[in-house]
Amino acid sequence: MLLPDWRISLMAGSGKLHLRLDSDPLLIVQDLVVQYKVNRKSFVSAVAGISFDVLRGETLAIVGESGCGKSTLGKAIMQLPRPQGGTVVLDGVNITALDGNDLRDVRPKVQMIFQDAISSLDPRLQVKNIIDEPLKVWKKGTSAERSIKVDNLLNSVGLDPVVVRDRRPYEFSGGQCQRISIARAIALDPVLLVCDEPVSALDVSIQAQILNLLQDMKEKLGLTLIFISHDLAVVKAVSTRVLVMYLGKICEVATPDDLYAHPAHHYSRALIAAVPIPDPEVGVDKIRVTGEPPSPVNPPSGCRFRTRCESATERCAAEEPQLQEVGLGHFVACHHPVTN
Amino acid sequence: MNQLLKLSDFSVSFTTPRGDLHAVRGVDLSVAKGESIGIVGESGSGKTVLSRATMGLMPSTATCTGSVEFNGVALSDLSRAEVRNYWGTGMAMIFQDPLTSLNPVRRIGSQLMEGLIVRLGMSKDQARARSVELLERVRIPDPYAAMKKYPGELSGGMRQRIVIAIAIACTPELLFADEPTTALDVTVQAQVLELLAELRQEFNMTMILVTHDLGVVAGQTDRVVVMYAGEIVEAAATKDLFANMKMPYTEALMKSIPRLDQASGQRLRVITGRLPDPTTPEPGCSFAPRCEYATDKCRAEKPPLVTMQNGHQYRCFFPIGGSL
Repeated sequence: MLLPDWRISLMAGSGKLHLRLDSDPLLIVQDLVVQYKVNRKSFVSAVAGISFDVLRGETLAIVGESGCGKSTLGKAIMQLPRPQGGTVVLDGVNITALDGNDLRDVRPKVQMIFQDAISSLDPRLQVKNIIDEPLKVWKKGTSAERSIKVDNLLNSVGLDPVVVRDRRPYEFSGGQCQRISIARAIALDPVLLVCDEPVSALDVSIQAQILNLLQDMKEKLGLTLIFISHDLAVVKAVSTRVLVMYLGKICEVATPDDLYAHPAHHYSRALIAAVPIPDPEVGVDKIRVTGEPPSPVNPPSGCRFRTRCESATERCAAEEPQLQEVGLGHFVACHHPVTN
Repeated sequence: MNQLLKLSDFSVSFTTPRGDLHAVRGVDLSVAKGESIGIVGESGSGKTVLSRATMGLMPSTATCTGSVEFNGVALSDLSRAEVRNYWGTGMAMIFQDPLTSLNPVRRIGSQLMEGLIVRLGMSKDQARARSVELLERVRIPDPYAAMKKYPGELSGGMRQRIVIAIAIACTPELLFADEPTTALDVTVQAQVLELLAELRQEFNMTMILVTHDLGVVAGQTDRVVVMYAGEIVEAAATKDLFANMKMPYTEALMKSIPRLDQASGQRLRVITGRLPDPTTPEPGCSFAPRCEYATDKCRAEKPPLVTMQNGHQYRCFFPIGGSL
């Protein structure tokens, strides 16, 4: 379901100033549009013209509230479903232009880890078969070779193959299932791993184990990560670059240290202020956003955050802000950025 | 100090095919009027079972022993029907999942009015007027329209506000909030927590906040109780707890949280292993298998709950910073 060109051109993104095309990024996404049909007449643009790039070895975090389109964006990179507009270039290959067997050949390079680990594993399969499945589909070696590979994978994610091989997913806790998902995702030696809220269903103590494991895997296998999360504290711990999304658009792009120390977008500032700090001596920050995000079916004109923003002016309603550089590698799409 | 709730040697166990599962083991807890208490622990630590059992919301497979005293009345001696009289006006609860705790096929208005009519004996018109006031109070835009809606038509944040409105409808003395913000976005979480704090002051409510998030507890409570494997392992005034943790478990829990005020790219500290199997209790300290300071004594002998002079309690032979 492709929209006519004139409709896509209406969805001007927030600019491309933040792209680093001369540094040979692993992934370049330009003007990505994902739309779902709501009824016969209306569409919702879950991702409304987003451009970004990911350098090799980087961990790009995508943060935002539920419904801002961050999961849709992650899936659109994998062409699940195919985006309505824009291009995704992986390792120099425009995968939005591929189909059939050509697209299938690219798929092992990008793997995904899902939020709900238990339901993303087939409950009827034994762990060894779950991890063997991608290897079998791609005919990676004989049955005996694959069996050794499965054991190695299980070892590398910190599970004892002898104990877990023959069990099924329901016999494991959430954290262990997430380890199995990670083993399955890295089985085909991907270059890019898309992690969609990998730890939000886990306890804090288990969360730290999985985050450290992902970090280890990244270093050992030279992976590039896209880390989708709503938890800003988790994002700060793992990412090297953060992209803040609101209602299908980019608000701000920065390194985590810059973003948390000097947020330039009013939305980022409010998001950070809302995170509870585990220290009773730290006073509660009173920068609050009121209400909830408006419906993406009928987004506000101009800046999409203006309906909840204290600093909004007439210009915000009339003109969509474009990304501008406010510091080295720090970009914000706002007419009236926060000054520190 | 005016005592509202007192639990003495309170235990809850469930009969399962694998044997008795001890979810809560020998909890002593007293809550003063107007206090705000946080109960913290990992999933499976027994914090939800403790709060539900206190209210008498347990299935028939559960066995509760020990005593629950509410306002001087021993609830544990009353029948189910008699305990019921305390619901709504005496104790109320905000549940974790705002979608499943509302009836999907009844309008918001009728769910809100039910308690007012049954508990406070209001007429339908009185109840309707009061419900609109309550919805306004929890900042639902256009309360008249909201009364006619079904839960499915509202967002998660709105639904949680409705659940809060229902819980405070009969101005309970004691409000349990079981993970009230876990299912919500961080901006909406901040709004809901602020609302709860306001309501608590306005109605002079005592609150027991059950959560796994030490960050939420830090800003909202006067006292914190840390639970592990069904037992209280540490309890102290909130400021005291965060400043002088005694129990290695609390410290480990604290250190495993990623924090905004830490530099990025640092490795997180982990607690290895998992909670012990609740059907087979450990002979010694229940945290010993995961504790980095554990000795043979910890594994063999159960540490008692020690109370310090300032009321700080901990269950450890080798508390951090030495004993007393």
